Amino acid sequence: MSNPALSTGGQHLSTDEKKVLIKSIISKYGIYFVFLGLVLFMSIMHPAFLTVNNILNIIRQVTSIGLIALGVTIIIITRGIDLSSGSVLALVSVIAASLAQNPDWGARMYPALPMLPIVVPIVVGLAIGALCGGINGFFVAKTGIPPFIATLGMMIVARGAAMIYSDGRPVSSLTPEYNFIGQGEILGIPFPVILFAIMAVLCYILLNHTRFGKYVYAIGGNEQAAHVSGINVGKYKILVYILGGVMSALAALVLSARISSGQPGLGNMFELDAIAAATIGGVSHSGGIGTIQGTVVGALIIGVLNNGLDLLNVSAYWQMVIKGVIIVAAVVFDMRKNARKS
Amino acid sequence: MQAEAEVVLDMRGISKSFPGVKALDNVQLSLKKGSVMALMGENGAGKSTLMKILFGMYSRDSGTITLDGQDVQFDSALDALENGVTMIHQELAPILHRSVAENIWLGREPVKGPLGLVDHDKMWADSQNLLRSLDLDMDPKKRMCELTVAQMQMVEIAKAISYNARIIIMDEPTSSLTDKEVKHLFEIIRRLKEEGVSIVYISHKMDEIFQICDEITVFRDGQYISCVYSRDTSQSELINMMVGRELKDMFVRESHHIGEPMLTVHKLTLEGKFHNVSFSVRKGEIFGIAGLVGAGRTELIETIFGVNQKSSGTIFVDGKEVDIPSPSTAIEHGMALLTEDRRQTGLSLMLSVEDNGCIANIDNYINKFKLLDLVRLRKETREECQKIRVKTPSMSTPIGNLSGGNQQKVLLARWLLTQPEILFLDEPTRGIDVGAKAEIYKLVSQLAAQGKTVIMVSSEMPELLGLCDRIMVMHDGKAKGILSHEEASQETIMDIALN
Ligand SMILES: Nc1ncnc2c1ncn2[C@@H]1O[C@H](COP(=O)(O)OP(=O)(O)OP(=O)(O)O)[C@@H](O)[C@H]1O
Ligand SMILES: [Mg+2]
Repeated sequence: MSNPALSTGGQHLSTDEKKVLIKSIISKYGIYFVFLGLVLFMSIMHPAFLTVNNILNIIRQVTSIGLIALGVTIIIITRGIDLSSGSVLALVSVIAASLAQNPDWGARMYPALPMLPIVVPIVVGLAIGALCGGINGFFVAKTGIPPFIATLGMMIVARGAAMIYSDGRPVSSLTPEYNFIGQGEILGIPFPVILFAIMAVLCYILLNHTRFGKYVYAIGGNEQAAHVSGINVGKYKILVYILGGVMSALAALVLSARISSGQPGLGNMFELDAIAAATIGGVSHSGGIGTIQGTVVGALIIGVLNNGLDLLNVSAYWQMVIKGVIIVAAVVFDMRKNARKS
Repeated sequence: MQAEAEVVLDMRGISKSFPGVKALDNVQLSLKKGSVMALMGENGAGKSTLMKILFGMYSRDSGTITLDGQDVQFDSALDALENGVTMIHQELAPILHRSVAENIWLGREPVKGPLGLVDHDKMWADSQNLLRSLDLDMDPKKRMCELTVAQMQMVEIAKAISYNARIIIMDEPTSSLTDKEVKHLFEIIRRLKEEGVSIVYISHKMDEIFQICDEITVFRDGQYISCVYSRDTSQSELINMMVGRELKDMFVRESHHIGEPMLTVHKLTLEGKFHNVSFSVRKGEIFGIAGLVGAGRTELIETIFGVNQKSSGTIFVDGKEVDIPSPSTAIEHGMALLTEDRRQTGLSLMLSVEDNGCIANIDNYINKFKLLDLVRLRKETREECQKIRVKTPSMSTPIGNLSGGNQQKVLLARWLLTQPEILFLDEPTRGIDVGAKAEIYKLVSQLAAQGKTVIMVSSEMPELLGLCDRIMVMHDGKAKGILSHEEASQETIMDIALN
């Protein structure tokens, strides 16, 4: 090494140092090992598990939660939380669906509405998501109320708004273009899977290669220090929650297109699954720690569990118990990773 | 000195590795009853690590610890406390929104009645007695966050003493204290010695070591170098042992040209903190601000930097009046501020050395795709850290794993990276070893030689006297006067402050 001040010293590691090194590798990549182990286990237990179709199926099933988890990961890194994702999803789904109904359908929400280009429901949907997120962010950043409370309020309000807007009924019979978002395929790959992959890559770039990303980690790491370093903390917090809202809106488009209907009851408890995925993936609720790749694996672990336990004919009740245990176990594991004592 | 006292604590053959570093390699430490042992060494030498092993916070890889002739192994701080060992930590960790008393009795609150409710009256009374016995004038019902850093430190010291321990570890207890409080602490230490308490004293301040310590153990790069009686050694010999080379002048004042006024402050006021402060600093000038803790020095520069909103007054940068509502505007005007309290307003402990180092300078690495030029960011951050000799296993190590002094150096690198025109330094050498101090002084005078403006708040008189072209003395929120390099001395400064 060129520089003595930054060198680690000798090239030969003693056994002590090797032990320490191995320990640190296991704790760093532990969640990936868990994932591989789980996949291996399922493949042995059931021959249909490790097929291309089933794998695509797993990913498609986790896209909604996965998309939300991407947004919530970034929020949690700033030491925030978003409980409103599932409700925002419902609200966006009914509004977007109402703008994408087949013109020949008798029970349309807006009978006089002409057939709109597909971008309209998409753009309006994303805008609603951004608005909800922006309101969350505004309250968190400007009034200083805890994110838990701000987004709890939004969770209730958005669900209510979805019910009011749709009169509590599903908004059905959507155009084929719209349905493509949830059901289409490109080169044999389901469109939601492609969308999820693209968003994951974008979020990865955002966190690791942009100023925004550096600021997100800095705010979560030490908000006061970030402020003194010249970061406009409030602005970035609002942006983070807007991003969260947009991800929920994307999830809403995918999900409503998949079932070809927007529903005010959609996405119930999705926020918790998304938070679980992020947490399993190693995002720390004390802020400053977390990666997109971890969250993607976290979401996939949830997907593999759902799918594998289905294949193995485990009852839905037992699935809940197993999932709950695994989530807590993952966090315990993670806390040990971050423990100061070594 | 009394006759050879019995050995209460003996640590032998202690080794400890962290990922990428061998923090301790077969070191030893032996402590006698009723004596003060200094533990010295450069930043990252392993002093705090050894003490954390003794205190049960880290487990050791090898070695033995003997307490009163018996082998011991503490698995937790609680274990250590129950065996009469307490520690004042280098990095304060008070619970800010709880009272002084609650902080002192944390984990051992007095209880009463069959339900085991907390006996608050006893807690207040006990705190009052404790604080009074140490001559500390403080209301135990005050919340920690209302205290100054120095007062918090005194509470921490009081807390350690309240355990009635036989061994007290003090890891840089004076790093945020002023002369007055240091004297106070030394009185306390002398009293403890008489009561037969043994103390391990870690500090980078030479004069303190010679004042209060009986013996000195020196580490270098995780290795034991030697143990000497402080009366048998000298400052230069000690430095030699610590850094492994001779260190010539601490203060080299490079000749520098003093130019046009760069920063002018006119009648600046922050209600309740400081009033009508006016001064003007020129390009290429090193301007010191002296005063006791509570004089309003930190608040003054934080207000100029936009951390606090001024109540009245005007600020001119390079001849133009400016409005600085937030630190980001200050940075746009070419300012940089190394804050006083690195835990609270400096570090993000879980983030890497690199992320901590680059955070104030991100704007400079945005390329035309709006993405960060990570290659250049990494390279420049790394180079800046190397320049001031940050000792770290890698740039991706969490900064919380570095020794205290090295954390401080990374923060300095953060601000140097922004290539500021006006650099505010608030207690810049707190917790930094002699060798690194000399380097920072050199750096400051180089910056001045390049025409930059440096404004330095410090409680260490020697560095103000040695480095500054002019020194402003503050007391009780007022600027009492400005002394030139030639006029300034310990006495003239105190004179002005107290008049
Ligand atoms: N928790 C940890 N994880 C990894 N490395 C650590 C940890 N704690 C300390 N180290 C490393 O061990 C070495 C010794 O650190 P230590 O804090 O004991 O130094 P120190 O002598 O107290 O220095 P200073 O005077 O700066 O406080 C350093 O290289 C540091 O980076
Ligand atoms: Mg230390």
